[in-house]
Amino acid sequence: MEEQLTLVFGALADPTRRDIVARLAVGDATVGELAAPYDISVQAISKHLKVLEGAGLVTKTAAAQRRSVHLEADVFGLMTTWIERYQRQAEERFRRLDALLEQMDQDGNVIPTTQETSS
Amino acid sequence: MSEPARIEADPTVPAIHIYRDFRATPAQLVRAHTDPELVPLWMGPARRTMEVDYWDARSGGSWRYVDRTDGVELGFHGCFHEISDSRIVQTFTFEGMPEAVALETMVFQDLGDGMTRLHAWSLVDSFEGRDAWLASGMETGVNEGYAALDALLAAGRV
Repeated sequence: MEEQLTLVFGALADPTRRDIVARLAVGDATVGELAAPYDISVQAISKHLKVLEGAGLVTKTAAAQRRSVHLEADVFGLMTTWIERYQRQAEERFRRLDALLEQMDQDGNVIPTTQETSS
Repeated sequence: MSEPARIEADPTVPAIHIYRDFRATPAQLVRAHTDPELVPLWMGPARRTMEVDYWDARSGGSWRYVDRTDGVELGFHGCFHEISDSRIVQTFTFEGMPEAVALETMVFQDLGDGMTRLHAWSLVDSFEGRDAWLASGMETGVNEGYAALDALLAAGRV
């Protein structure tokens, strides 16, 4: 799972690939449609799509005669999970800092309260 | 109440950004981040003991602390590159991965009305390293099954 996350972050480190993901969030698109707004070849877009595919971010579908690219939203859930957990831990730490700052005078000295904190 | 901390994984460089507002002055926040008596009161993970080994909080100084949990000791050390009224720049190494060093910058922006915004970011040397750090919960990597570290610990190499 961590390996996939690395691939996801690596894939999204590139601005063109982030644009492609943003475009696909609106709906599926063909490689040609994805390449249209850029001043680069369809081949170059295909290369970017390979990286996104490798990270599990997109899949190719063959609906009717139209081969289109589809965004796999689940992978973003994985990334969000990691960031949320990290956020929780940071926030816990900052709540303790809030409590400490409440006991601090303007000079930054801590006025001890009833709770004994030092060992 | 302050808004909860906001976390962003930087898309362009291997860094993690944290933003958080505090009801305090920049000077009070700098004090809370640099006073060796105060730092262990809040910075260490909950339910753990953070013991300062050495702590020379000045530009060019160095620091080290040991995190003790259930008989397991994890060391962390680094240098204070710069400490000013509104900014702290320091390095950070977890001794379980001694070759990895993060560059940490904390900027304290006075918002007025007794509020200060902390923007802290950690820059590491690769996206892989950043993501492993993010995935591990950053604290120490052991929280929830950081397998490589567990193996090192089991082998008695940390």
